[in-house]
Amino acid sequence: MARDLGILIIAVLVLAATCESAVLSPVSESHRSAALELFSPADGSYGSLEETYEALKTFKVLGIEKKHDIRTSSCASVADTLKSTSSALKDFVDALRVNSILKCELNSEAVRGTQSRFKDSLNGANSLIDFYYSIGGLVLLKEQMSEVDVNLGDADRIFRSIKALGQSDGRWRLSSNNPESSNNAAGIALEALAGVISLATPQIGNSLITTLKNDILKLFDGIERYDDGTYYFDEKHVGARGHQSPLSSSASVVRGIAAVAAATSETLNLPGEKILGLAKFFLGVGVPGSAQDLYHQIDALSYLENIRQVLWKLTFFRALYNKAHPDLKIYSSDLDFVAALVRVSTVLGSPAPTLSVRLMQIFVSGSKDASVIDQELKFDAVSGMHVLETLPKNIDVGSYVFSFEVIFHNPEHKKTYVSGGRTRVLVHITGVIKIDNAEIVILDGDRGSVETQKKLKLPGDNTVALSANHLQKLRLSFDLSTPFGNAFKPHQAFLKLRHENGIDHIFLVGNSGKKFEIILDFLGLVEKFFYLSGRYNIQLTVGDADMENSFLQPLGFVELDLPDAPEKATRPPPQAVDPYSRYGPKAEITHIFRAPEKRPAKELSLTFLGLILVPFFGFLAGLVQLGANLKSFPKSTVPSTFAILFHLGIAAVLALYALFWLKLDLFTTLKALGLLGMFLMFVGHKTLSHLASTSSKLKSV
Amino acid sequence: MGKSATTSDVHALFHSLRSAYAATANHLKIIDLYIVFAIVTAVIQVAYMAIVGSFPFNSFLSGVLSCVGTAVLAVSLRIQVNKDNKEFKDLPPERAFADFVLCNLVLHLVIMNFLG
Repeated sequence: MARDLGILIIAVLVLAATCESAVLSPVSESHRSAALELFSPADGSYGSLEETYEALKTFKVLGIEKKHDIRTSSCASVADTLKSTSSALKDFVDALRVNSILKCELNSEAVRGTQSRFKDSLNGANSLIDFYYSIGGLVLLKEQMSEVDVNLGDADRIFRSIKALGQSDGRWRLSSNNPESSNNAAGIALEALAGVISLATPQIGNSLITTLKNDILKLFDGIERYDDGTYYFDEKHVGARGHQSPLSSSASVVRGIAAVAAATSETLNLPGEKILGLAKFFLGVGVPGSAQDLYHQIDALSYLENIRQVLWKLTFFRALYNKAHPDLKIYSSDLDFVAALVRVSTVLGSPAPTLSVRLMQIFVSGSKDASVIDQELKFDAVSGMHVLETLPKNIDVGSYVFSFEVIFHNPEHKKTYVSGGRTRVLVHITGVIKIDNAEIVILDGDRGSVETQKKLKLPGDNTVALSANHLQKLRLSFDLSTPFGNAFKPHQAFLKLRHENGIDHIFLVGNSGKKFEIILDFLGLVEKFFYLSGRYNIQLTVGDADMENSFLQPLGFVELDLPDAPEKATRPPPQAVDPYSRYGPKAEITHIFRAPEKRPAKELSLTFLGLILVPFFGFLAGLVQLGANLKSFPKSTVPSTFAILFHLGIAAVLALYALFWLKLDLFTTLKALGLLGMFLMFVGHKTLSHLASTSSKLKSV
Repeated sequence: MGKSATTSDVHALFHSLRSAYAATANHLKIIDLYIVFAIVTAVIQVAYMAIVGSFPFNSFLSGVLSCVGTAVLAVSLRIQVNKDNKEFKDLPPERAFADFVLCNLVLHLVIMNFLG
């Protein structure tokens, strides 16, 4: 829905010391490639129509030709949705939105059917979402099908009922039952109201439109901000639709405002600072990781683009600077090298109107004083960048803040564009620092006379071997100067003495102007060194972010002879134990097991097994000899079956025992035994009672 | 002289015992044979343990007690079945046999569990 918006923005506000804007880059190739990656369709379509619409809108704004041919499947899905009577209102609206981009050929019958659906639901609507979808649907229909008649019957009533859901702080509630208000709902309401205005313009009175504009201004009062001038809308409550991120809430509000601006022919006076802050918020996201976030960001930026933001892309080409002048030695007035390139463009990356960029001030980083420069950057039409050709004369190695400002050539542009006031950029000018006159000296304590003096080459290999006792002093001194000969104070200048057993002592090297000097008086330091005599390794560290030859170097060692520690002296702190020795694996433990019992020889056991069977055979033989017989085994059928079953039962129980020993457990055995036992009881009773009756018959006879 | 007298006495004693024993009923003799079989098996197990040591002591005990237990049950069966025994006159021998079988089965269950 890109129309030419005639929004009047309040002129550029000069934001001086409080505004520290980060360097933001407008929408670029990385956004385009991310869009192609995130919005890749799964087998020909995007899933729901809502996702299809998000993908298509994003591609359209970014100017990507749709490489994936999803037109046919999407159009088919649009046609299906519009034809079916069971689709929800939201589906109709999504289908029409997709159609507005794809421009499919639709059946006018189906379209008329949807129109009546929208009108019906509009009449019966009472929640904000219902209003939004029904009005949105009618607006889309009017846009796409000019022959369709979409007149709103009572636009005034609808307008007022949507406004009734609004609150005094500019936010909206989703329905009259829901007490929570949100910015997201405000955006939706603004879009709905704009739709009502565009559908029934002559009916809506001017007073209503004025109150609407006041609502928008109130909404902007509730905007949140970061310190660097970024503005955004966030939700205070977690709404019924789940947590809305600041990105989606801000995008919703921007859509609402853009819709209202498009619908009303009058102008909205929105605070330019906040609009720019919103643009900074959306660009500050970078390249979002999810498809929906990318859609929100690009969609909102497309509306803001029409509000015409002006943004900065500052690139400092330090390499070019240094290539021309490697160690800042040559720095004369005939400078013709590139020191800074500034590109100015709008949020979506389209070129800015004619303007000029001026370097206004240079601050030394960390201090308040600044030198006022007011130098204009030359515009190079070929590359489209503004070039700072000559640096001011007194710029030396160090960190600076350059403050730039945008001046429009055409005063009309001031009305439609917003720039960020003064933009500050942190600049490091680095160079090689010269170190001169480095020497290390052992002085005699009282008299101050030099006992040992060694010259040092810094940075370079040094191995000095010094010795001192506690009555002497050690002095280290060197000079630091920038390539222009000025004094330079680095961030770090440390002298470290490290004892053999690992204890470190660190001292700061102080300076006066160019000269850096430290004097270690061992008499005073005896206690600090824990009375440890021996060899101390000396290490010097000089470093700074802007110093290209920062170094950390061992200088040699000094043998210190300190007196013995008295009784009450503090012990040196225990050194860290080698973690591997304490926490590393311990020695392997060999377990000593009880020796297994001596088992007898296999042959012996087998012999005895055979021996055990001998008495059994003896028993059988004895039985035969005694004349044991089976004469009284019952002959007739039934008793004999019982008798056989009885013996089989006993055999089964013994087999069960054998199985129990081999692999069963007690519970299974007991269960089986119970069953077998009952069977055995029954059978045994039968058999034995039969036997008893026969024997009693014999006796009685 | 005394020796030969003792020997002949022993012989006579032995002979009388044998003849008396021969008079016992057959089924009692069967039971006696069973008892002898069980005891001999127990003795062999004890001899084995004496040779190889009592390492799985529970197994040894289980084996020995199985033999001894079944012998004891057989003895009680013999007492109950013996017709000359006035105490158990009214007890039918089949009932005694049923008791014998049941007790043996329980004994052997315990034995198998203890065998390990």
